[in-house]
Amino acid sequence: METSTNKLLTGPVIAVNIGLKSFGASLEQQGVEVVQVDWAPPAGGDQEMMDLLDELM
Amino acid sequence: MASGFVIRKNQYYDSVFLMSVNRRISEVKGIQETAVLMGSPANKQLLLDIGIQNDQINNAQPNDLIVAVLAESSAIVENVLGRLEEWLEAIQENTVALSVRTLEDGLSNKPDANLAVISVPGEYAAREAKKALEAGLNVFLFSDNVPIEDELMLKQFAMERDLLVMGPDCGTSLIGGKGIGFANEVRRGTIGVIGGAGTGLQEFTSQVHNAGSGISHAIGTGSHDLSGKIKGLTTLAALEALEADQQTSVIAIISKPPEAGTLVILLERIKTCKKPVVGCILGIDPGSLSGKPNFQAARTIDEAVRLAVALSNGQPAAPSGGLTPERMATIRKEKQAWSPEQKYLRGIMAGGTFCYQSQQILGEAGISIHSNSPIEAKNRLEHPDRSIEHTIVDMGEDFYMVGKPHPMIDGTMRTRRILAESRDPQMAVLYLDFILGYNASMDPVGELLDAILEAKRLSKQRGGSLTVVASVCGTENDPQVMGLQMKLLHEAGALVFRSNAQASTALCQLLGQG
Amino acid sequence: MDIKQKIEKANEEAAHRLNLGDPVLVDIAPAGEVIPGMEGKMITYSGPPIEWGWMCGAQRGAIIGQVLFEGWAKSVEEATAILDQGKIRLEPNHHHHTVGPMAGTISASAPVWVVENRAFGNRAYCRQVEGNQQFGDYSEGALQGLRLWRDVWAPTLREALHTIGGLELKPIITKALQMGDELHNRHTAASSLFANAMAVAMAQTELQKDKMLWTLKYVTNHELIFLGIAMACGKAIADPAMGIEYSTVVTAMCRNGTEFGLRVSAMGEEWFTAPAPKVDGLYLPGYSEEVAGLDMGDSAITETVGWGAFTIGGAPGILSLVGGTPEEALAYSREMKKITVSSHPTYRLPALGFAGTSIGIDIRKVVQTGITPIIDTAIAHKDPGYPKIGAGLVRAPLECFKKALIAFGRKYDVGK
Repeated sequence: METSTNKLLTGPVIAVNIGLKSFGASLEQQGVEVVQVDWAPPAGGDQEMMDLLDELM
Repeated sequence: MASGFVIRKNQYYDSVFLMSVNRRISEVKGIQETAVLMGSPANKQLLLDIGIQNDQINNAQPNDLIVAVLAESSAIVENVLGRLEEWLEAIQENTVALSVRTLEDGLSNKPDANLAVISVPGEYAAREAKKALEAGLNVFLFSDNVPIEDELMLKQFAMERDLLVMGPDCGTSLIGGKGIGFANEVRRGTIGVIGGAGTGLQEFTSQVHNAGSGISHAIGTGSHDLSGKIKGLTTLAALEALEADQQTSVIAIISKPPEAGTLVILLERIKTCKKPVVGCILGIDPGSLSGKPNFQAARTIDEAVRLAVALSNGQPAAPSGGLTPERMATIRKEKQAWSPEQKYLRGIMAGGTFCYQSQQILGEAGISIHSNSPIEAKNRLEHPDRSIEHTIVDMGEDFYMVGKPHPMIDGTMRTRRILAESRDPQMAVLYLDFILGYNASMDPVGELLDAILEAKRLSKQRGGSLTVVASVCGTENDPQVMGLQMKLLHEAGALVFRSNAQASTALCQLLGQG
Repeated sequence: MDIKQKIEKANEEAAHRLNLGDPVLVDIAPAGEVIPGMEGKMITYSGPPIEWGWMCGAQRGAIIGQVLFEGWAKSVEEATAILDQGKIRLEPNHHHHTVGPMAGTISASAPVWVVENRAFGNRAYCRQVEGNQQFGDYSEGALQGLRLWRDVWAPTLREALHTIGGLELKPIITKALQMGDELHNRHTAASSLFANAMAVAMAQTELQKDKMLWTLKYVTNHELIFLGIAMACGKAIADPAMGIEYSTVVTAMCRNGTEFGLRVSAMGEEWFTAPAPKVDGLYLPGYSEEVAGLDMGDSAITETVGWGAFTIGGAPGILSLVGGTPEEALAYSREMKKITVSSHPTYRLPALGFAGTSIGIDIRKVVQTGITPIIDTAIAHKDPGYPKIGAGLVRAPLECFKKALIAFGRKYDVGK
């Protein structure tokens, strides 16, 4: 049975890198297809907004 | 004060463009007033309002361009008006990169993505990981300080969808030969490995490569996966995946001691696994693991490597090479050079697993080690900065990581500690680990070299001799130049080993009686 | 259906209504004749509700100008006195299906553009656009502009418009967007196309030649004449999207120089306000940031329906307003895609590969991404008595969107 995990292992890895740029860069260096997400806390880190958005989005 | 103007007949420019020209001119030093306008009646009135009037201006037509300036000196006026062509040139273009700011943006960009690599601060990490799982991606979760309840929620969610959550607090994975996070450039092969300890996986995979074998996949599970709360959800999922994986013929597990109940579950699962399993569970008595079906227990990572390679090659395990006669001789010579007060080991580690494994190996040899990350609570340092007798510090532990880069990436904190220890005349042995691979410092040895040499110099000055032991984790294919790293260490007079276990065996000899 | 699904469905409905908008210019008539609720000594103004005592300098100046224009007072002092005494009713344009540029002041005898949204049958109104009184200038010259519009230009255009039975605006807007207009501060193409149509219409009337010529001259030289029409279109397109339960789509954005206000579909007529922001802009000779007023006008209705700064990628000329580049203009337009729910099927931008304009601002996406709608706008002086002093770019304040989200959450009993 081909699971999603197994598909990852049979590859290729296609990645979305959220956070440290160096992790995305090292993947690129190895020829992995990767898109860098310039992440910032949602709602500017406003906890009240994040909680609301968790319910509404 | 001086003024001047230029009229360009029949040169129509759009008013909005002219406003920007006006602004650029007004930014020139010494300019007091500027006007860049077409010669319409209304504009001519505006010029009059700021004190600029002239027959020529009066006669200007709506399609004529008027550029007028008031400045501190006539030199400035001439300079500005003389460069009129320049001002009227189109603005230089600079590319503004399209920003991808959310996971959703990332997925529009790469709809086929199958892995989210997440390293955002812990309090936001679970939210991002959940979104990734919902979108059908596996997750590599480097972030730490993720609440254990969130970890459980994520792993259960992933289980329902046959997805892997590697982490939280997972530093290393190798999927299909591609290193994620801190990983080494390692040959492909048939040995699969699962581990909750990042540097443990790095050590295992590097040594498999150095032994001539190869890795199918290395799956990180995060440091809490084998706790009682999580009960090994990722470890079990990884086991299943490697069991089904065509490339894999042997499965290894590297970890610290699981919670008792979880260990039982794990061993049960291993029993029915279709592939042989080798395990190095550090800090646990391997005797307690003997006789478990389909499971070979190794005392050290090195031993796990030997067992796995043997299974993979279908040959009996190579014998564990002890220290060579040359090494033993070198060790004797080092000890002879110590002054009478020199007695103690100070280990300053970048790899948490190495701190642990060294403590275990030395402990088995009857040598008690203090640490900020002790195997036994009674050996915990009162304060991580203050070594007691034989001490091995984990410099990647939380205390040292607040607002600071990991010691694998940046040598500053370790440098400081080396110099602090070098003021202690009782230090006899300095042990340092060096970890190569992706995302690690490009020159780990070079960063500490000055401090090492200084420590040696101070010891000599006091009439003694500092023994420096180093272990290097990595392969010759890693981005750092392995040869150079080794050369620098040899030239500094260090005893260099290619594994933490081997180095620790040498430490036993150095610190032991006789 | 859980609330997330209800919201998605409601937003689809809101976007659908916005995309259906089919504006037609049907009349140019005195406000007292056509604007619902415009009666007696009353002036409507731009932005969310505000008291006379709190109005900014430019808006006060415009209101005084409007009082003088109507002849309700003979001097600035007298006008100020009757306003202080509360003798003139003052209400927001938006409360009367109306919008106005800058101070946006409208009174009974001022002719307004009348646009009907044929898709839903609703109408919206907007006053003339000029460079003086709406910026707070109440001088004779400024008032003369209002009088000429009332006495000569508007009646002439009205006659012409009736002769041709109304003017469809969708074709003009579509073409103008493809010709480098953004329909807020750049209307060169739209105004030209409008002038062409009205010239033909005027030629078919029985009007006196001198009035026609005068009006033709006015219309063909007024590069921003279409703004008034575009604003009325925006209002006519947005109004049918009001009051959809669970929809988080913005139905109005407006400013009065003191506060910025927005309305959200599910929250009906409720205003969510924050202090009006400063405009980042370029100034005409003799003026600078020190004397500038804050963001003002109902013209943000154009951005509300996806024009204006949202389409700035297709109107790079405008970007030089703040020293930007064509690349930055494109980036703004792409950015707005992230906070909207739909793309318009007909209004497309060649510069963005003919992508449809981004329409339907979602307050959830604004709060989540922190990306606020970008608006390009003219700048008034902070004191009364001055004409236009500059133009620039400004962002809607995040605070309004957060307030709206909290109120939305409370209405549907969501969140702790």
